[in-house]
Amino acid sequence: MISFIARRLGQFLFTLLAASFLLFAVTEFSPGNVASKILGPYAVESQVDLLYDKLDLGDPLLQRYTKWLGTLLGLSSNALADPAISLGLSDPRGARYFGNLGFSLMQKEPVVDVLARRIGHTVVLTVWAIAFIVPIALTLGVISGVNAGRPVDRGISGLTVTLTSLPEFVTAVALLLLFSAWLGWLPGTSTMTAGDQWSAASQLVLPVTVLVIASASYVTRIVRASVADTLRRPFVRTARLKGLAPRRVILQHVLRNALIAPVTVILLQVNWILTGVVVVEAIFAYPGIGSLLLQAALFGDIYVVQALTLLALTVAVGTQFVGDIAYMLLDPKIRLR
Amino acid sequence: MADLSLARPQGLGLRRLPVLGAILRSRAASLGFAIVAAWGLVALLAPWLAPYDPTAIDFAAAADPAPSAAHLLGTDSIGRDLLSRIIWGARTTYAVVPLSIGSAFLVGIAAGTLAGYYGGWLDHLVGRIGDTMLAFPALVLYVILITAVGPSMLNIVIAVTLAYAPGVSRLARSQVLALKNMDYVKAAEARGEPALYIMALEILPNARGPLIVDLCLRAGYTVILIGTLGFLGLGLPPPTPDWGGMVVEGSHLLSVHWHMAVLPCIAITSVVVGCNLMADGLRETQQ
Repeated sequence: MISFIARRLGQFLFTLLAASFLLFAVTEFSPGNVASKILGPYAVESQVDLLYDKLDLGDPLLQRYTKWLGTLLGLSSNALADPAISLGLSDPRGARYFGNLGFSLMQKEPVVDVLARRIGHTVVLTVWAIAFIVPIALTLGVISGVNAGRPVDRGISGLTVTLTSLPEFVTAVALLLLFSAWLGWLPGTSTMTAGDQWSAASQLVLPVTVLVIASASYVTRIVRASVADTLRRPFVRTARLKGLAPRRVILQHVLRNALIAPVTVILLQVNWILTGVVVVEAIFAYPGIGSLLLQAALFGDIYVVQALTLLALTVAVGTQFVGDIAYMLLDPKIRLR
Repeated sequence: MADLSLARPQGLGLRRLPVLGAILRSRAASLGFAIVAAWGLVALLAPWLAPYDPTAIDFAAAADPAPSAAHLLGTDSIGRDLLSRIIWGARTTYAVVPLSIGSAFLVGIAAGTLAGYYGGWLDHLVGRIGDTMLAFPALVLYVILITAVGPSMLNIVIAVTLAYAPGVSRLARSQVLALKNMDYVKAAEARGEPALYIMALEILPNARGPLIVDLCLRAGYTVILIGTLGFLGLGLPPPTPDWGGMVVEGSHLLSVHWHMAVLPCIAITSVVVGCNLMADGLRETQQ
């Protein structure tokens, strides 16, 4: 068991390292591009060349990546904060600390500060979404799976198939039209600014609903398939033939086995929700990290894009790691191996 | 000569178009195929079907953009005919989706088949690269690409390939692992056929079922992704009529002229539903 966890941890770190290299390679592949992005569109050629030399952007990719990783881990200092470069970028934490993600070129301040202002909003949005997705998907999935083939199942399955075909922005437009434009019950944007005529809770309703609709229908289908599959296994027949009450067969024998696979799927769903968050935050002008990613991409704010992608990667790979461990703890067949 | 038939159990299969047969055998798949094919025709015949130039501005209509006899589905906020824009928008979708999905499947199937057939370090390498790629959500991948090089059709194709090829590769690998010890593969090996021949003509035709289902599903996701990119303003440049872009333009006027956003939404959703119906129907006929 310890060796299993150790191996998975090794894989987790390796994947993160490889993915971060890929991220660095794509965003900083062309060094001239990096220098002109830092200086902005009005920089003169000679300024770009000067910065290019000062930041050693002519070094091989691997060497630049090592330096970038060193800065991130707090082993070396961030060259951009060097007063000699005179970009006017300074960090109150100093030039060397763990988690140094560089500077936002758009806001002219450390990325960490920009992130800190935004991330809370996204966490609130995601936590509320998951708090609804899990119980809804489990309930509908189990009802549908236990009644596989009956009208209830066909109704739920039809609904979930339709809902998974809907892009998030289509759901959002439909909900906005109904609840904001026609009924006027909910606000059309969720800027979460203090003193808004709409309460924070009412601003969260539509964004959370869009995320729930997009993810819950998919998880429901997975739960349904797993429950329906477990019901066909021989041990269920044995339990029934023993004369156990149908309720007990379902609750104690079927569900325990059927819910192992969906646990990992639910954890992997976090990855899916991250994509949804970008869309939802953009539609509702919600001030989280999803809309920040979009602004940064359009502005060419490479360090913010790097930081946010790195965050998304860590969450995605991290949940996969946790999912593997959870799977092992839940399924004795894997635990013993 | 008995072993010849053993060698190619489905040798004639491709000529009889078994995929189309499988689609027609399922009601859901037929319906899905009809939707996808109908939009395909619309995309193909756009110049003849569209009543107006999709970029032509009708100033008179802009004052009252609601559907009328002149503009059956109304116009957008600056007076461009919505029906023509939706028809031409089908072209954008039908150009980008097949290209990106085709590229993702080409790369994924090649990597997965080689990994599954040869095993060993190659399998390990492909698996590791796939794990790394799978850590990136598709949308995030595209966002990093545009930060680095700006939006373009090629970047959408690259992003979709990078995002979907690992999943396709895993599926192809598992299929190859299940098939590579079959008698007809062993027979081909005993005949001394080259490995490439065995992979391409003995194993892959028999592994196509699940791959085609996956293709339909991923085509649907890609339609969603491309619509989303257009919606976020990250898609193709503005004059190109693009469904996602039309939705976002229309969504600002949702309370007054809801048709501007809702109609392109329906177009996108219908293609996705078509792809999903095909996937579901084909999966059932295979079981």
